[in-house]
Amino acid sequence: MTATIEPELGRPRRRKEDARLITGRTRWTDNIALPGLLHMAVLRSPLAHAKISRLDAEAARSMPGVIAVLTGTDLAEQQGSLPCAWPITPDMASPQHPALAVDEVRFAGEPVALVVARSAAEARDAVEAIDVDYEDLPVVLDMEAALADGSPLVHQDLGTNRCATWVFDSGEAGTGEDVDRVIAEARERGDVVLERRFRQQRLIPAFMEPRSVVVDPTGEQITMWSATQVPHILRLMLAMTLGVPEQKIRVIAPDVGGGFGGKLQVTPEEVLTFLAARRIGRPVKWTESRSESMVSAHHGRDQIQRLTLAARRDGTLLGLKVDLLADMGAYLGLVTPGIPILGAFMFNAIYKLPAYRFSCTNVFTNKTWTDAYRGAGRPEATYAIERMMDELAAELGKDPLEVREQNWIKHEEFPYTTVAGLTYDSGNYEAATEEAKRLFDYQALRREQAERRERGDAVQLGIGVSTYTEMCGLAPSRVLGSLSYGAGGWEHAAIRMLATGKVEVITGSSPHGQGHETAWSQIIADKLGVPFEDVEVIHGDTQSAHKGMDTYGSRSLSVGGVAAAMAADRVIEKASKIAAHLLECSEDDLEFTAGRFAVRGTDRGTAIQEVALAAFAAHDLPEGVEPSLDAEVTFDPENFSFPHGTHLCAAEVDTETGRVRIRSYVCVDDVGKVVNPLIVEGQVHGGLAQGIAQALYEEAVFDEMGTLTTATLADYLVPSAADLPTFTTARTETPATTNPLGVKGVGEAGTIASTPAVVNAVVDAVRHLGVNDVDMPCTPMRVWHAIHRGAGAAPTEMATGAEAGGGLGSIDGGDQ
Amino acid sequence: MRITVTVDGVTYSDEVEPRMLLVQYLRERLGKVGTVVGCDTSNCGACTVHLDGHSVKSCSVLAVQADGCEVTTIEGLARDGQLHPVQQAFHDNHALQCGFCTPGMIMQAIDLLADNPEPTEDAVRQGLEGNLCRCTGYQNIVRAVRDAAERMRPGAGPEVERVSEGATAHAVGGGE
Repeated sequence: MTATIEPELGRPRRRKEDARLITGRTRWTDNIALPGLLHMAVLRSPLAHAKISRLDAEAARSMPGVIAVLTGTDLAEQQGSLPCAWPITPDMASPQHPALAVDEVRFAGEPVALVVARSAAEARDAVEAIDVDYEDLPVVLDMEAALADGSPLVHQDLGTNRCATWVFDSGEAGTGEDVDRVIAEARERGDVVLERRFRQQRLIPAFMEPRSVVVDPTGEQITMWSATQVPHILRLMLAMTLGVPEQKIRVIAPDVGGGFGGKLQVTPEEVLTFLAARRIGRPVKWTESRSESMVSAHHGRDQIQRLTLAARRDGTLLGLKVDLLADMGAYLGLVTPGIPILGAFMFNAIYKLPAYRFSCTNVFTNKTWTDAYRGAGRPEATYAIERMMDELAAELGKDPLEVREQNWIKHEEFPYTTVAGLTYDSGNYEAATEEAKRLFDYQALRREQAERRERGDAVQLGIGVSTYTEMCGLAPSRVLGSLSYGAGGWEHAAIRMLATGKVEVITGSSPHGQGHETAWSQIIADKLGVPFEDVEVIHGDTQSAHKGMDTYGSRSLSVGGVAAAMAADRVIEKASKIAAHLLECSEDDLEFTAGRFAVRGTDRGTAIQEVALAAFAAHDLPEGVEPSLDAEVTFDPENFSFPHGTHLCAAEVDTETGRVRIRSYVCVDDVGKVVNPLIVEGQVHGGLAQGIAQALYEEAVFDEMGTLTTATLADYLVPSAADLPTFTTARTETPATTNPLGVKGVGEAGTIASTPAVVNAVVDAVRHLGVNDVDMPCTPMRVWHAIHRGAGAAPTEMATGAEAGGGLGSIDGGDQ
Repeated sequence: MRITVTVDGVTYSDEVEPRMLLVQYLRERLGKVGTVVGCDTSNCGACTVHLDGHSVKSCSVLAVQADGCEVTTIEGLARDGQLHPVQQAFHDNHALQCGFCTPGMIMQAIDLLADNPEPTEDAVRQGLEGNLCRCTGYQNIVRAVRDAAERMRPGAGPEVERVSEGATAHAVGGGE
């Protein structure tokens, strides 16, 4: 019998998830209604730093429909401190992080009191009636000022605004030379030594579904529904933070409307909803408004980057030194301090670098705390090195692709151990670059650029390059351990073979838009040879998917998907024993293809569904074999995976207005083997949109009092369809060698790669006018200033377009 | 105040607070939770529905303003188990990921196609400017809307874009 089924892996299956999402049959957390459900609203501090001198909730308590009003004082004994699972150094300064402020607030938006009422409207009305007197304290907003002697302190008890300093030095680690010596020698020889300061502006993840939590305390277990990326971590952390036995908590992530790292958190509101519901004994729901989300859900990025790059005059890289300041904001969230450290291994990128030193100082300020946002540390690193490579090319008068090629790891040099100590398993930078140049028509655009420069056109053309790699599939537990991360990075999967031959796959990965139900179905259908439609994927509930590490860091497929594939292998192993028994042959004589065990050289065989029924009936099983085909696997990869690619951006810059228009964008990504090309392409599109948004549109801006002035979607410029170009995407395929599926992960690639490609294009367009940098986002005002001030224009932030609504194309309405 | 509103083919009569938004009425009173709230400044468009056949952001309409009107939500689009062509096109073109913006995006796309049955790519992008998506980068959404335009050309059933008249819409089918 010949298998005629189309292979599932690599097939552009339309998604299983869509049916409910396109018809409104969705289960967002805010949709959940339970008998007796109450509603919670949160009062937030309007000030960035103040003592709470008086809080009067009497008026609120007596309002109609109000069940309870709770303050920090009421909960001080129970609320514990919100968890930070990543103490990056043994001496890290780690403040108490109360869910409700007790006597002091440290950022505008910090929860101060909560109301539980019959309806959401009554709860919000009562919040308005709470009267708080604040005593102003000095506000610390600027990272460099925060570290200066005599700066006011965000946390008086810590005695410093310095959270921690984390260093990697290739000389000390034995992975390379001493960079200070290398740079000094380069200076002596008259080699190229470039120094630059880049600003990674603060961003807001801005997932479309506002966060929501429902807690039902009426059962034996307390059940929490939450719009979270991390139901398993959340359960564990609730248990550890609140001292509730872990088995008494069940967490469910129902349909979750995007996360991008922004829902990788244990939030004050999750803790508060839990405590309020438990105290009152009735189910309680909290759903944030968008404005609340903007000020209080964690932000991302926010670094000052200082880089020194040494290279020979022929373009060969000699050494790179990186000094970062990273803004923690006022508190440490779940993985806040570790985010910039994830970049430590990526500044060297795809290049053969003899010497490298990375130092990052984490700083407290009176702002919303930061944490993971798509890419988490790696976009920052990629931005800096890819900007530097363009600067080097400009310094040497070379083509930026030529300088890169001169220094990158050649495809025959893999596996390659980098100066940061990681081993890249596979890649082919030449192939991806070649394809990108072809699709982009690189030479033709360079010619046009030269012509426009010569003519002195008002609208100049720039070409931006980004040849990136990333470490993803956040896993190897031993590596995470060596970085002092508080948990492992494995993933769990289980397969239940049902009596009718249908299959349930349980995954510990927790999707929120990625399409796990479709992709996992394809993997399992391929492995077991069962129809795609016969596979049901179960996730996001600690009761049914009892074990997991959830979804972030492009890890779902390369860790969780691989775990599921391995579990399927175990099912086949178990089924094989029973099949051999039923077919009265030796297991060695069996071959398993397309869902069927066949006896080699005969026409005898049995389908896996028949074996599943035989295992269920259990009437006739071989000696010592359990009546079950079910299997589970917890997979911990030996290494990260390293997707890579080449992104090319052509941008037109109007030198008279500073307006930037992306004319074409080509990316060729290598994400290893692909399960579903449709989903991969979608992930790339979305990633590009977010990376381009960082380059051109988005910035969380605080005024001098520490108030977020971009606290609505009218001011914080999430781009619309009218603000983005059509992307040309393609792939090359170098399978990962570190997992049996050969997959690498794709969730963050677009975001990581695109930001420097766009900014490089903007700078390239106006470099001949004396510009060598433009701060992000490259708003018309900033670009215009850079052109008109000329060389080295890195204008001060407040003066040049760092304001709400700074530069979105669509905001002035015109057709582009 | 008492209002009478027909939503997805069913007529309701209710007492509502004057300040109640249409989207709150749909979600909290009628259980029409397919329509969602994404912001509080009418920027995101996630709550888009049709009011007497035209798209509105239901967070920017008071429930009392819908008195005597006919409202169609994402839940009322599919008929007799058949998806609306725009729904089908969103599925076929992978025009959604998390799906939170999708109801509003689909309702706005239908309105756009009613005004301009053969939109250029740029017209689609401009026409969807009031609806934000954080997942897709819009490329597949634009593709889906243009694909739907093809499917809805004369001969493919032009009446499907007119949801305000005779939209009984009792069947909310899944169905791929």
